[in-house]
Amino acid sequence: MNKIFLILKREYLVRVQKKSFIIMTLLVPLLTGGFMAGVVFLSTRSIKDKVVQVVDESGLFKGKFTDGRDVKFVYSALTVDKAKRALPQSDYQALLYIPAIDVQKPKGIVLFAGKNVSMLLQNRIEDVLDQELESLRLQKVGIDKAVLASTKSKVAIATVALSEEGEKTSSSGAAFAVGYACAFLIYMSVFIYGAQVMRGVLEEKTSRIVEVIISSVKPFQLMLGKITGVALVGLTQFLLWIVLGFAIATFTSAAFGLDKKAVVRTEKPADRAKDTPNPTADNPLAGAAAALQTMNVPLILGTFLFYFLGGYLLYSALFAAIGAAADSETDTQQFMFPITIPLIASIVVAQVVLQDPDGSVAFWMSMFPLTSPILMMVRIPFGVPPWQLLLSMTLLVAGFVATTWLAARIYRVGILMYGKKVNFRELSKWVFYKG
Amino acid sequence: MNILEANHVVKRYANHTALSDVSVSIPRQSIFGLLGPNGAGKTSLIRIITQITAPDRGEILFQGERLHPRHIARIGYLPEERGLYKKMKVGEQLLYLAQLKGLTKPEAMDRLKHWFKKFEIQTWWGKNVEDLSKGMQQKIQFVATVLHEPELIILDEPFSGFDPINANLIKDEILELREKGSTIIFSTHRMESVEELCDHIALLNQSHKVLDGTTKAIRNQFKTNTYIVAFEGDLASLPPDFDVLENRRLEEDLHQAKIRIHSAATPNDLLSALIRQVRVQSFRESIPSMNDIFITSVTGNGKETVGNPTRSVYTE
Repeated sequence: MNKIFLILKREYLVRVQKKSFIIMTLLVPLLTGGFMAGVVFLSTRSIKDKVVQVVDESGLFKGKFTDGRDVKFVYSALTVDKAKRALPQSDYQALLYIPAIDVQKPKGIVLFAGKNVSMLLQNRIEDVLDQELESLRLQKVGIDKAVLASTKSKVAIATVALSEEGEKTSSSGAAFAVGYACAFLIYMSVFIYGAQVMRGVLEEKTSRIVEVIISSVKPFQLMLGKITGVALVGLTQFLLWIVLGFAIATFTSAAFGLDKKAVVRTEKPADRAKDTPNPTADNPLAGAAAALQTMNVPLILGTFLFYFLGGYLLYSALFAAIGAAADSETDTQQFMFPITIPLIASIVVAQVVLQDPDGSVAFWMSMFPLTSPILMMVRIPFGVPPWQLLLSMTLLVAGFVATTWLAARIYRVGILMYGKKVNFRELSKWVFYKG
Repeated sequence: MNILEANHVVKRYANHTALSDVSVSIPRQSIFGLLGPNGAGKTSLIRIITQITAPDRGEILFQGERLHPRHIARIGYLPEERGLYKKMKVGEQLLYLAQLKGLTKPEAMDRLKHWFKKFEIQTWWGKNVEDLSKGMQQKIQFVATVLHEPELIILDEPFSGFDPINANLIKDEILELREKGSTIIFSTHRMESVEELCDHIALLNQSHKVLDGTTKAIRNQFKTNTYIVAFEGDLASLPPDFDVLENRRLEEDLHQAKIRIHSAATPNDLLSALIRQVRVQSFRESIPSMNDIFITSVTGNGKETVGNPTRSVYTE
């Protein structure tokens, strides 16, 4: 036990002191934070509003172009030629010329601009023109626009989760996001840290230190020490990311006064959709926050930790066995493939499970230990019956014990085997070697 | 008393037998040469002694007790396939390896200081292993093997990668360790070092033990009653008791002959027979080298060829 701890300590310290670890730990939250801060900064910066001059010879669109978020419309009585000539020297970004047109066959509408105008602006103008012409035509055939408007509907469903504690407003969108994010994190970390274990085993093998070590400790102790050491590296990295992430988030929101402005920003579009009954539909931030409050956050965090560790331990034992069986990194490919299949399958099936979190695919794959770490995490935010959760966890522990046993049998033979091309038949023989 | 006894050890792998019924006894405070060609089973036997693998049958006794994991701390092993963590500092690495052998950190520190001073390598402490030459790394590995002052030290090809100066340094260390009470199992193909160092040898070939005993006894056993004579004059013919295996001219009038005595005749008889014909300059018994013994035993040539290097495979 003491020796496992010594090995664990070395594996941990060597990795944590590596430059690449420090850089990754700092860079990921910095980049993410920087990216988000950049987005916030750009969206909060007061851009000089674009002004479009409108020359409406038809007189049909008077007052129809309303000022928007960053576009203003100014009606002008100038003739189009004069306005055109004045455009380069003026403050106007563009000149919209609407000749006297036939409502049935609108032709000759032109947007003059010094630079190319954005698609967004062009679409916006086209929308207004379309709408106005549409209502003009409707009026012509005798339908009032107000009557038409009253027939349109816009529905947003508020989902309410029923539980013993009473009704809770929930959002399947947030559950979707949380479940997928957790699953993806587990998927990534199994790959990243599992590969680290594999490389560590290979390094010991190629540097020929392994025989020196296992004349002092049992191969199983060496394997277990390495796996747990790397697991702690992973947890440390996650922890640092969370801490740094919070620090950066606090810093950026303080620096940009994000909280207030974000609220102001998100209220504006809400004005346009006054008729929506559920304000969260248009305020994603507030919606997600509300949905998060309805989720069982301690349960999600606890199960995340469990499935992260369980999945990682299960897979890294297999990765260790691969490292032991191979002679070089290129050798590992043939063995990597069958192991990565359940992992990749899980993340693909996650899409299906998200659509139907209680279906039979979801159920069975969240029980099977090789896929449960990812797929159970997808299901948990939607709510999973306790017996299913317990069964899945028990099976994962059993799966971990079984794969570790199997991996250890391959490992102890493989680490002493040099220069031999190994195939699966050979590996299966190793499992039954004595002592 | 024997520090280690292997009794009827059998080890089989899927496709071959590595050890079949091998028994060896290793006397305390000896240097025991474990010899044999590649694939003879030396490493298998060593891995069983170091408890890396277990035998299929038979038992190993360490100081009279059945081998047990607690004995690991009393055995030091320098494998043939050896290395160090490349990215780790020399000092840190040795501390780590010593702690794995059960030393406490301060103990290990004290002993390391002693060894670093002895080998005059104090400046290496903070260096990365990858910055050291191969020979330097070998020295570090040797220190790691003996640092926990094991009673039994197993060295598998310890001199590979050493220049002659460092090889001598290690040789002296091995002798000194023996003086201090350690027993050394020494596995090698280099027969010169066996002759210099080993008190006992065991020779394995194709999973069987083919020879075992003190170096002296084995060499005597392989003596073929052959004598090397340098003389002046012409050697015509000798009585039938003597067989001239070889006769060649060294210089102008100086010849050297290899003569074997059969029957009960003594060296004195040979000498008196020679004196009648030639002027003898030197007369000595041809004692087989370890190399000859090794080759004879392994290639299965009869004892007749020993002492006659012209007919053996690798010499000449």
